[in-house]
Amino acid sequence: MENKIKMHLTCPMPKFDFDTINLGHGSGGILTHKLLNSGVFDILKNDLLNQKHDGAVFELDGKLAFSTDSYVVNPLFFPGGNIGELAINGTVNDLAMCGAMAKYLSLSFIIEEGLPMVTFWQILNSIKQCCIKANVQIVTGDTKVVEKGKGDKIFINTSGIGVLHKHANIKLSSIQDNDIIILSGNIADHGIAIMSQRIGLEFETDIISDTTNLNFTIQDLLEKYGEDIHFLRDATRGGLASVLNEIAKDGNFGVDIKQIDIPVNEQVNGACEMLGLDPLYVANEGVFVMVVKREIASNVLEFLNQDENGKNAKLIGFINNEHVGQVILQSNIGGRRLVNMLPGEQLPRIC
Amino acid sequence: MKYLSEYRDASVVNQYLEELDKITTRPWTIMEICGGQTHSLVKNGIIGLLPKHITMVHGPGCPVCVTPLHLIDKAVYLAEEKNVILCSYGDMLRVPGSKKSLLEAKANGADVRILYSPLEAVTLAKNNPDKQVVFFAVGFETTAPANALSVLHAQRENLKNYSILTSHVLVPPAMEALVNDDTNIVQGFLAAGHVCTIMGISEYYPIVELNKLPIVITGFEPVDLMQGIVMLIKQLENGEYKLENQYSRVVNSEGNKEAVNIINQVFEVCNRVWRGIGEIPMSGYEVKKELALYDANKKFNIQIDEAQECQDCIAGEILRGIKKPNQCPQFGKKCTPINPLGAPMVSSEGACAAYYHFTNVDVMA
Repeated sequence: MENKIKMHLTCPMPKFDFDTINLGHGSGGILTHKLLNSGVFDILKNDLLNQKHDGAVFELDGKLAFSTDSYVVNPLFFPGGNIGELAINGTVNDLAMCGAMAKYLSLSFIIEEGLPMVTFWQILNSIKQCCIKANVQIVTGDTKVVEKGKGDKIFINTSGIGVLHKHANIKLSSIQDNDIIILSGNIADHGIAIMSQRIGLEFETDIISDTTNLNFTIQDLLEKYGEDIHFLRDATRGGLASVLNEIAKDGNFGVDIKQIDIPVNEQVNGACEMLGLDPLYVANEGVFVMVVKREIASNVLEFLNQDENGKNAKLIGFINNEHVGQVILQSNIGGRRLVNMLPGEQLPRIC
Repeated sequence: MKYLSEYRDASVVNQYLEELDKITTRPWTIMEICGGQTHSLVKNGIIGLLPKHITMVHGPGCPVCVTPLHLIDKAVYLAEEKNVILCSYGDMLRVPGSKKSLLEAKANGADVRILYSPLEAVTLAKNNPDKQVVFFAVGFETTAPANALSVLHAQRENLKNYSILTSHVLVPPAMEALVNDDTNIVQGFLAAGHVCTIMGISEYYPIVELNKLPIVITGFEPVDLMQGIVMLIKQLENGEYKLENQYSRVVNSEGNKEAVNIINQVFEVCNRVWRGIGEIPMSGYEVKKELALYDANKKFNIQIDEAQECQDCIAGEILRGIKKPNQCPQFGKKCTPINPLGAPMVSSEGACAAYYHFTNVDVMA
């Protein structure tokens, strides 16, 4: 993936008094100020953040979208990304799925004492790079430090606000019978990239997370196809199956998909087979599902295939008024079966 | 994927379906033994494609499903001991014990780890000399070699803090018990290919001969299953009973001698209680007496009350193929994967969970 942000220290780390973050860094005292002034504020600087208010004050024109998400991934660094990238791209993408271009983000850290300062710095740098790439600004934030054992190295929360595209009308109730479902890319890359790094589960793969910002891709689509794009959702936690079930159950539709049309990288598929996981339920970070008017579906696909974030996009199925509330998959051999919501975590099988 | 995509070829599956249509003249009831086969049949939608007069009943070959309640309780008890790291394959975690599951014990602070191999547990024991590491050694003949090997590794490393909580079950005695049961409706078996990969095929000849019942050792991919079903129906239609090997690309007659040798070094055959079925003579493995140091059952003084099965769960009938999951009054109502009344609703290989996840009324009618 050429547009992947390489994980490296782009800004030299300033000299801090400690090699690791301790409770003092969250006390609001000198250590906090030093960490913020020579660290966070400096690296993420912009006009609004520089004001150092309790909150950011700004004006925005038009209809707005507002979203929040928390990031607790383990491990913090994985092939193709880290928790900082997820925290920016995740919220940028949530806004994009509303039809909005993210503009301002808040950024909050909950850090477990003992986190190496260099790790924090690497994460901050990734955050900065992602903000530049997605053209968003961090305008307010918070840093808390908890005792050892009360967290898991670092948790991040971001909230974001963005301006809706003038033709965006993205909602479940926009979906029509006979609409076509488009999937933007290969599924399960992110989840398997993470699994490949989990302690005890190391296996050699070239699979990297698909985390990326989708805001420009979505804006381009909305600019060209406007209200004929009826619904968008990124297939993150719970994977493709969960998004399709949300459409079927919350939208009161039937969803029909074909397994043969669902793109899965061969290595990812192999890893899923080995681990006993179903790629339909494995998390993605840069893949979205789009429901569009049937008449424009092939044009949308062609357009999306030109985009770096949609080069593997496929038409995977359609909306109907039969079997309402259910997602039915036609298997590669022609059999039909239900695709249900995942009950709890996907657990690996014995044999 | 080479050697895999060929066995998922829709045109080959269709050829077998057409052949099956031609050769089937009467209703037949056949059982796939292994939960992995059940899973594949349902996940690929094969059951809905079969001729109506072929009834597939789903066998007891789901290790999670047949692990007795008191063993789950034992695992939970050990997990809650302060000094113990309880390691398990993933799908054992959600199985309800009489009071709680391992997943609930984990949420309450017990040190429960999901591992893919018992050898990882040995490493864990080596790295945590002040802890007792217990591996919940569940499974059929397939997982027995790796579990046995972990004991041999621990012995070689002279580790005193590693043991296994064994609940191994064996397929052939269960098949015998099923066909000899008064309620038996099964006319032929698809035997579990991977079990035969380890153990070879000789154990199945007496079952065929004594019961005059055809058995086809079968793999797990759609083409494997379709070919296995065609081979079995051909025998039934011709009034034959033979042992045939559909999975010959993997299974040879002798099995894996090295794996069997490792099993025999660590385990001996014992009577075993199967959840939902009851005790079947000589149907399990337990750790040999001379290796008692590695047998969590003997090593720890586990004090638990006799557990009662949920009265509403008909897992026994499901596991013997007498009833299908959707014939259970609790199916999808009181019993769901989030709130399972019995183990077959938990494991992805359990027939109830397979039906719940992958089927709907239209497809399965």
